[in-house]
Formats: sequence, structure tokens, C-alpha cells
Amino acid sequence: MVQAQPPMSEPLLTLNAMHTHIGQFHILQGVDMVVPRGGVSALLGRNGAGKTTTLRTIMGLWPASQGSIRFDGKEIGKLTTPAIAQSGIAYVPESMAIFSALTVKENLYLAAREGEMDSVRLEWIFGFFPALKKFWNYPAGNLSGGQKQMVAIARAIVEPRKLLLIDEPTKGLAPAIVHNLIAAFRELKTTDTTILLVEQNFSFVSALADHVAVMDDGRIVHAGAMRDLAEDQKLQQRLLGLSLDSHQ
Amino acid sequence: MHPSATTATPVTATAPDALPQVPHDIAPLLLVPLLALLMLPLVGSLPIWITLTVAGLAMGMMIFIMASGLTLIFGLMGVLNFGHGAFVSVGAFTATLVFLPLRGWLEVDSLLLNLGVLGLAILLAMLVTGILGWAFERVIIQPVYGQHLKQILITTGGMIVAEQLINVIWGAEQIPLPLPASFRGAFLLGDAAIEKYRLIAVIVGLTVFAVMFLVLNRTKIGLLIRAGVENREMVEALGYRIRRLFVLVFAAGSALAGLGGVMWGLYKETLTAAMGGETMVMIFIVIIIGGLGSVGGCFIGSLLMALVVNYAGFLAPKLALVSNILLMITVLLWRPAGLYPVAQH
Amino acid sequence: MLKHLLSDDLPRSRFLTVLLVLILFGLAFAPFITSGARPLNTAATICVYIVLVASYDLLLGYTGIVSFAHTMFFGIGAYGIGLGLASAGPFWWIAFSGLLCALLLTILLALIVGLFALRVRAIFYAMITLAVASSFAVLASQLSDLTGGEDGKTFSVPALLSPSFHLFENEVFGRIIDGKVITYYLVFGVALMLFLFLLRVVNSPFGRVLQAIRENEFRAEALGYQTIYYRIAANCLAALVAALAGALMALWLRYVGPKTMLGFEVMTDILLIVVIGGMGTMYGAVVGAALFMLAQNYLKTLMLQASSALVGVPFLAEALHPDRWMLWLGVMFVVSVYCFPAGIVGKLRST
Ligand SMILES: Nc1ncnc2c1ncn2[C@@H]1O[C@H](COP(=O)(O)OP(=O)(O)O)[C@@H](O)[C@H]1O
Ligand SMILES: [Mg+2]
Repeated sequence: MVQAQPPMSEPLLTLNAMHTHIGQFHILQGVDMVVPRGGVSALLGRNGAGKTTTLRTIMGLWPASQGSIRFDGKEIGKLTTPAIAQSGIAYVPESMAIFSALTVKENLYLAAREGEMDSVRLEWIFGFFPALKKFWNYPAGNLSGGQKQMVAIARAIVEPRKLLLIDEPTKGLAPAIVHNLIAAFRELKTTDTTILLVEQNFSFVSALADHVAVMDDGRIVHAGAMRDLAEDQKLQQRLLGLSLDSHQ
Repeated sequence: MHPSATTATPVTATAPDALPQVPHDIAPLLLVPLLALLMLPLVGSLPIWITLTVAGLAMGMMIFIMASGLTLIFGLMGVLNFGHGAFVSVGAFTATLVFLPLRGWLEVDSLLLNLGVLGLAILLAMLVTGILGWAFERVIIQPVYGQHLKQILITTGGMIVAEQLINVIWGAEQIPLPLPASFRGAFLLGDAAIEKYRLIAVIVGLTVFAVMFLVLNRTKIGLLIRAGVENREMVEALGYRIRRLFVLVFAAGSALAGLGGVMWGLYKETLTAAMGGETMVMIFIVIIIGGLGSVGGCFIGSLLMALVVNYAGFLAPKLALVSNILLMITVLLWRPAGLYPVAQH
Repeated sequence: MLKHLLSDDLPRSRFLTVLLVLILFGLAFAPFITSGARPLNTAATICVYIVLVASYDLLLGYTGIVSFAHTMFFGIGAYGIGLGLASAGPFWWIAFSGLLCALLLTILLALIVGLFALRVRAIFYAMITLAVASSFAVLASQLSDLTGGEDGKTFSVPALLSPSFHLFENEVFGRIIDGKVITYYLVFGVALMLFLFLLRVVNSPFGRVLQAIRENEFRAEALGYQTIYYRIAANCLAALVAALAGALMALWLRYVGPKTMLGFEVMTDILLIVVIGGMGTMYGAVVGAALFMLAQNYLKTLMLQASSALVGVPFLAEALHPDRWMLWLGVMFVVSVYCFPAGIVGKLRST
């Protein structure tokens, strides 16, 4: 994913030979990855390749057993999860992990660490997730799957963060909702937030991403510009054919 | 306190506009009034029924005070403190530091003065148990974090040591703790005799419940606790140090046990080092019935259990010996994870 | 031969071997190397507790289940034989049928509680067993028509075991071989067999599955084991052995009562012994029970002396009072769990 980028500027996130063990299982076996500043970087790969584990390791939810994680010029590999979050990374997990007993408002309120939520920013979010405004005072547990995903994403952007880690946001969602999400991500791309997007849905990714990395068996097996991968059918076939076909 | 989330299902294009229905799970809420009403014809006499019901409510409130902290501690961190009862004993014994020197004031039949002394005793008891809870969490619990087996063993060990230390400090004899003068006796409501202290217990219990409810629903810390009970990883991923939250909850939960200990000690009118350990069985049953981690469930469970014990004690004394277990089995057959199951565990 | 008896599970430490041999010989010849009732009483209690604690180790140490109902099963065994003999007279067949009833009740309760609570988490099981066992104890002490209530019941044992029975005219090695000595050897023999049986169980394929479940339940399930059945089986087995230990205790004391047989103190004793002796080692039960009982009977005398010597020193005199020996054991227990989770046996094996 090493791309033409402004000289002198260090990439926002650099993973260097990162290893992760879960119990006695060696899941990530030396992940090298660069996420440049700005835009959307996609991380693809078949089920079980280690994408979720990669995001969790960046968040400090699994400890990296080796290697380094540099974010915004600082090593964060040894920090605790809250410290990593405070350094400017927001996380939307695969399970969404919304607080179902809390209202939509309370979910976002907790995500706004700095104190009160910024009403201008809220209106901006309501602009592409109108359902949130509608169900503002409802328990989030009563929302539909797509609406929950909106809460999860809104939680990550309720205050400006430097990097969003988003794990398979389209999983289980109907095409109409996916279109809604694409619009939302396009809107997000206009801000100076960087997004690292894990996906299985290739058409979703190709509509959004600037850079792409492909993962298999706990390693990065390809990195480059999204445009190149989108145009090269053969490469797609080789890297993703087996897994992604079935998900289209 | 809300029903578990519906599972994520693919939605159609129109779904975002459909108003979600709000299915409030009220069946458990009805249990307490239902039980009380059902027992009225069985008991057969309104005055006796009133006396029994008030006795049950009072006992239930005291158990709730003792149990609520434990269920929150478990809900937030999955730590089950088998030594929770020690804080009950310590709270009660600490109160004697106020009660015994001020014995004279307790004999004066002035409600205000008596309440003042009680308040002072409660304050001291909660302060001491809160600080002890904080230390207990740091020294005893943290090293065995996430290891359930060791947690059970360590906290049981902590309980044994604490009981013995109480004996060392306050002596092994049981200490009589007479009720303050103005709390003694009963007043009549029609033909029904209602003991004054039971009324005080109900008021204190309701106050604790109301304060907990407000804190959990209206403050940021409360919301964080509820969020953490559901998903502590996500609370951390939002940038909050959940360990700090947990120490706080542990100290508060221990202080509540201390408060419960004072109330329970006055109710029993004697103190022994083992009193806390003896309440543990009731506390466990109550938090199992309520659903581990649910404060609302714990409240309903406490009232249910105490009412059942009181009614059974009147209607079928032998049955009262095992009524707790029977109640627990009945509830678990209806809802295997308790009245209000909490998601995480 | 010896290796086979011990199911290939040797002490694996020279000092531990010496200790075990000492305990074995001490118990085997207790009637002859000691005199009077008290030492023999201590020895018999050690035998019973070795079995009781070893059966608990099967649960805690080998299966990773924390149960607070072990005394309940111990009590059921004791009451079964005791109430039988107390109500129907001192006959062997009464003793056996009482025991049989007790074992049936044991397996029934163990099954029900297991099915009910073991499918949930370890913590749940600990809480539920605590609730059930304490209700059972309350029941036993309140149903005084049946159980003798708080006071319990004393009873006569079959003639062969009663103290007035003399096997020989003369003393043998300085002791009259009366019914008490015969009872002692009955207790000793059965305890030894039960212990060897438990050793066999934990070293059998069944025992190894239990340990696999303890190590990683998820994985054991992935390997195709129905972990719930294994845990229920372990639970029933441990309960049965505990009931047998209870029967031995009742036979020895010629008495059953709620405090001795069902009290929560018995449960804490078991916990203390198994953890201090060494969880998951079986031999920990032997070493732990022997040290615990000796300490309980003889250390207290020392503490009394220390406490009297320190009269006037505010905190220490109280803390060293013989009634406070649980304080020190509790501290030892907590330190054990942190610092040497494999207890004395583990420590001996690692050095
Ligand atoms: N908690 C866990 N314990 C053991 N193995 C795990 C755990 N979580 C994930 N794994 C394993 O790690 C590998 C990578 O998983 P994951 O990162 O979730 O893949 P992806 O998100 O790419 O589908 C898989 O083989 C999975 O089985
Ligand atoms: Mg994944």
C-alpha cells in the first residue's frame, strides 16, 4: 500500500512485523502494513484471514506479541486500549457492540469524551443517518441491524478522530442500507479523517477505497492502489477469487 | 434493565422509517404485587397480611442493599466476590463504634436524635467498608483478574481472614445491639401492627434504590457502568479506563454492603462475625434470581424472596426452611438466566 | 506392583515420598505407637479427611469445579448410617441399608444439582451449591424428629465395633484390641482403598479428559467430548466418595450432628486442606489432611502458650489465641493461592 504520498509526511499508521497470539494460537504472523493519511484504505481477505485480529491488535484488545505499531508518529504497541483510543483512533467492531440498554443519544453521549456533543456535528451526522435523529431517545437495542450499524459508526465520528477502524460494516445488511452507507462514507471522505475499512464486499470497497491491502493466513499478501486491483481481473481472481465470489 | 437486544436482521429499504416498538419486559415487575395479592386469601386476615407484607418488604429492602453492590460488581467485571459478606459484618461492627459510645443518646426517646446517631453510624460504616473495598480490590482481586477459580478461592479466603480479624478486634463474643428507643415497638394501622424499624428499613431501602436508579440512568458514570456491564471492551475502545470505574464500583458496592450490615445488625439486634457469611446465601440466591448483573432484577428478587419467606413462615413453617431454594428453582425454570438476564457473560 | 497400586502416579519427590511413607506408617500403626483415645481419634479423623479432601480434589483440582456442597454429601453418608443404626438397632444389615439409601440420595442430588447448574458457568455452580448445601444443613438441624436437630444423635454400632468388645484377652503391643481399634482399622482400610481408587480414576483416560476440560473446555469440546457429561460424572463420583467418607466418620464417632457433618466450617476445612496441600495432586489431600489435623490438635496448645505469654500485648495476644488459628490458616490459604497454586506437594515436586 506504499503509495505516492506527500514527501516528508510519515504515514498515519505503520504496522511493522506485527505478531499476535491468542492463547497458544499464533494468529498474526508478521503483518506489515502502511495506512497513508487521508482517504480510505481497505483491508480484504477471506474469512479467518486475520483482519479482525489485526484491528483488535491495533486497538490493544489483543496484545501484539512482537513488532511495532506506529500511529501519528508515536509507538502505540504497548499502550492500553483507552490510551490508544485517546490518541485519536475510533473503532467500529464487527459485532457493532452498541450498548443496547442505552438510548441512541446515550450511546453517542458516551462516545463524546470531551463532554457535550457538538450540535452542528450532530446535524451533519443526522444528514446522512436520519434514522438516528428519529430514534434519538429509543433504546438502541430495539433498532434494526442497519440502524445499529449507523449508531456504531456515528459513535466513532461524533467527535473528530484521526483514524477510524471499521470492521465489515455491510455484513448482513440489505443493499438499500449499503447504498446509504456508501453515501455516508463518501461524506466522511471529505473530512480529514482516515478510514481503515475491513470488508468482504468487493463492490462496496471498490466504490470507496483509495488503497488496498489483502491478507491471508495472518500475513499481508498484496498491497497497492485500489484502482490497480479494480482494473486487474486476473489479480482479483488470484487474490480474492476463491473467497469473494461467494460473497458477491 | 432492558430486555436483550433483538438480533441483527437484514432490513428492507423501508425499515429505517418504521418506528421500532418498545417491548418493555414488565412480567417480572408484576411478580411482587401478584404474589402479595395471591397470599391475601391464603393468609385469610387482612391485618396479619399487612404485617407479613411489611415485614417481607423490610427484609427484602435490607437484602437488596446488601446484594445490589455484589450484582453490579459481577456485572461490570465478571468478578464474583465470595467475601462480600465480610463487608456486611465489618459495616455492622463499625457501627458499634458510634452506637456504643453514644448509648445514652439512643436511650433518649427522640426520633431526631436517634436518626442522627443512626446516620452517623451509617456514614462511618460506609466510609470504612468503602475504603476497605477499595483496598480489597487493589490487593486481593486485581492479581487474579479473569481467573474465576482463583477468584472464588481467594475471596473465600479473604472472608475467612476477615471474620477472624473481626474476632481479634472486637472479641469473639456476640455484641448486643439494641434498637434506639424511638425505633422500638410498633404502631397500629387499623388492626395491623407495623414495627417502626421495619418502616425505617423500607424507607432506607427505597432511598438506596432511587439513588442507584438515578445515578445509573442520569449520570455519565452511571451510563458508563451500564455500558460496561453490557460490553466492557467497547467502553475501553471509547477511551475510558474501565479499571478505574471498577474500583469505584467495588468500593461503592462494599460501602452498600456496609450499610446493609448496619441495618441488618439492628434488625437482628445482635452482632456476630459470622453474620455476613450467613447472609451470603440469601444474597447469592437473590442475585441469581434477578439475573447476575441486573440491579432491577436484584431489587425484585430481594422483595420476592423475603415475602415468600415471611408468608411461608406463617402458612407452613417447615416449608419456610427451603422456600428460598424452591423460589430460585421456580424462577430459573421460568427464566434460566434470571428475571433480567444481562448480555455479556 | 507398588507402581501399579499407585496407578503409575508416583510422588515424584524424595522428600514427599518420605513424608507419605511416614504418614502411611503412622496411620497404619497408630493404635500401637500411641496410647489413649485422643491420638487414635486424630488418626481416624485424618483417614476420613484424606478421603473427603481427595474426592474434593477430583472436583476442584482435576475438573476445575468449585462446589460448596461437598459437606452435604459427607453429611448424607453420615446421617444415612447414623439414623439407621439409631432407629433400628446396631446391626450390620441396618448399617449397610442405611448406607445404601444414603448413596442413592447422594447420586440423585448430585445428578440434579449437576444437571441444573453445571451446564452454566463455574461461578454459577459455586453459588448454587452454596445455597443448596446451606438449605440442607438448615433442614437437618430443624427437622429434629428425624435427625435429632442441633444436638444430633448418638447410636450404638454392631457389637464387633463397639468399645466393649475385646478381640483377645491380653494386650497386643501394649494396647487392648477392642472394638475401637477394630473400627479404626476398618476406617483405615476403607480409606486407603478409596484413596487408591481415586488415584486410579484421575490417572485413567476418564481422568485425563477431565483435566483436558479444566485446561481448555472449548478445545475439549472441539475434540468431540461432551464436557457436560464428564463434569456431571465427576461430580457424582466425588459426591459418592464423600458420602462414604461421611459414613466412616459416623461409624467412628458413633454420632451424627449438623455441626460436625454438615457445617460450613467443614467445607472451609476441606477448601483449606486441598489448597494448602496442593490442588490437582491427590497426594496433597494426604499431606494436607495430616498436617491440618495435627495442627488443629496440637498447634493450638502451642498457641495457647504463646498467647498467655503475650497477655497484655494488645493485638498479638488476641491474634495468637487458640480460637484464632483459622486466621493464620486463612492467611496461609490466600498466600498459597497466589504464590504456590500447587500447594505443598507442588512446592516439594518443584524443588
Ligand atoms: N478468540 C479466539 N480464540 C482463538 N482463535 C481465534 C479467536 N479469534 C479468532 N481466532 C482465529 O484467528 C483467525 C483469524 O480470525 P479473524 O481475525 O477473526 O479473521 P477475519 O476477521 O479475517 O475473518 C481465525 O483462524 C480464527 O479462528
Ligand atoms: Mg472478521
